[in-house]
Amino acid sequence: MRLTIKNLTQTFGTTRVLNKLSLETSSVHALVLVGPSGGGKSTLLRILAGLDTPTSGTVTFDGTVLQPDEASLRIYRRTVGTVFQSYNLFPHLSARENLILPLVHVHGLNRDEAISRIEEPLRRFHLYEHASKRPAELSGGQNQRIAILRAMVVKPKRLFLDEPTSALDPEMTAEVLDMIESLKESGTDFVLVTHAMNFARRVADEIAFIGDGTALAHGPADIVFENPENPRVATFFEQVLR
Amino acid sequence: MSRSFAHLIVAVAVTSLLVLACFQVPGDWNWSGVWEYRQKFIFGWLVTLGLSLAALVLSVAIGLVVALFLGARNPLLEATGRIYVEIIRGTPLLVQLLLGFYVIANAVGLENRFVVGTLVLAAFSGAYMAEIFRGGLNAIPKTQRDSARAIGLTQWQSFRLVILPQAVRLVLPAIAGQLVSLIKDSSLLSVIAISELTLNAREVNSFTYSTLESYVPLAIGYLMLTLPLSATSRWLEASFRYER
Repeated sequence: MRLTIKNLTQTFGTTRVLNKLSLETSSVHALVLVGPSGGGKSTLLRILAGLDTPTSGTVTFDGTVLQPDEASLRIYRRTVGTVFQSYNLFPHLSARENLILPLVHVHGLNRDEAISRIEEPLRRFHLYEHASKRPAELSGGQNQRIAILRAMVVKPKRLFLDEPTSALDPEMTAEVLDMIESLKESGTDFVLVTHAMNFARRVADEIAFIGDGTALAHGPADIVFENPENPRVATFFEQVLR
Repeated sequence: MSRSFAHLIVAVAVTSLLVLACFQVPGDWNWSGVWEYRQKFIFGWLVTLGLSLAALVLSVAIGLVVALFLGARNPLLEATGRIYVEIIRGTPLLVQLLLGFYVIANAVGLENRFVVGTLVLAAFSGAYMAEIFRGGLNAIPKTQRDSARAIGLTQWQSFRLVILPQAVRLVLPAIAGQLVSLIKDSSLLSVIAISELTLNAREVNSFTYSTLESYVPLAIGYLMLTLPLSATSRWLEASFRYER
């Protein structure tokens, strides 16, 4: 994917969360957004995922501009997948029904087609034996992996992941990160917001450091991590990588 | 001890105490007079059953629609819902029945008192249902709506497939309580001369002068409606349960 963001501004009331943020990636498979809490990463991701409309500015994916009206955004959201920090599965449905719901109600498959489409991914990620359980009966890591599968089984153009491991303990974090890495190997494009710096560095084609509502640094992972020009970015990495 | 066995023991104990108390009442019990009028009890019970069932379905529908009004962004819709709820909850059902039948129904040319009675009862109960549903809908976290939007559901699909099923599970006990109240409140329909269970019991009382003998079957008649309702609600609650 090739992402171009021009002068993106987002205000909530009097708070300006994004301030004329501009960013232009080369052709990448994995773009990782890092930076301090409250710096605007999640706000940016929600705009990229078509969940919020910016106050001003434009977002272009592969030459197509995101239209800000709800009808266009809904069509757009059907072509991408989004995973949230707190997994957000539907608690009244089993894992299997969570996966089937978008296939049947949004993408027009019949039930049998949907069930056969999800079987292989469930097996591949060792979730098949848990498919009949409801979210409350699954671990945090299993829930998050089901949430990622729910976004994946509709065969999206790209995936947006908003701090997918922030609510998980280290062991569960590892299982979710492994899954994301294997998705990358199988050719899925994604934009990831994360605080897992080592993982970010390993998986990212490009990294953007979002702070103070703008992109303070951007480029290939090694360059951003090793030689950040911006002192604010350097201090941040010094603290979190210590 | 199993739960159902415990229920049985307590029920038997309470019934025995009541029967014992009845034997303390001075004078003789006269069941023969009341037995003669048993058809009236059966007829009245069936009328109450029919009225309650119709009002029950209607009040749930009214409750849902008004709950959506209460949560609407459009201020006119919100105001309509709010004023409806406040007027209905703030006035006695007795007044609503009398005004509904003699003024409003009269004005629109509606003469069938069964229909008017059912409508007023449903409107009354619907106001309470609306507040219950609104509470339930508001209790569903915003992240669920987000999640529904993210997978591309329309607003209506999100409501029908994600929000409503969770809200229904939350409000089920409160709704069941409200429905039990509705069945008992139907006894007030006697004031507009609907021949339901309470009116029939009062008539039997005035024919036979045996007050307690008329009212004990009345209590049993209502319990025969409310107990199955409570049991159904508990069964539904258990089968909708999705927490650990």
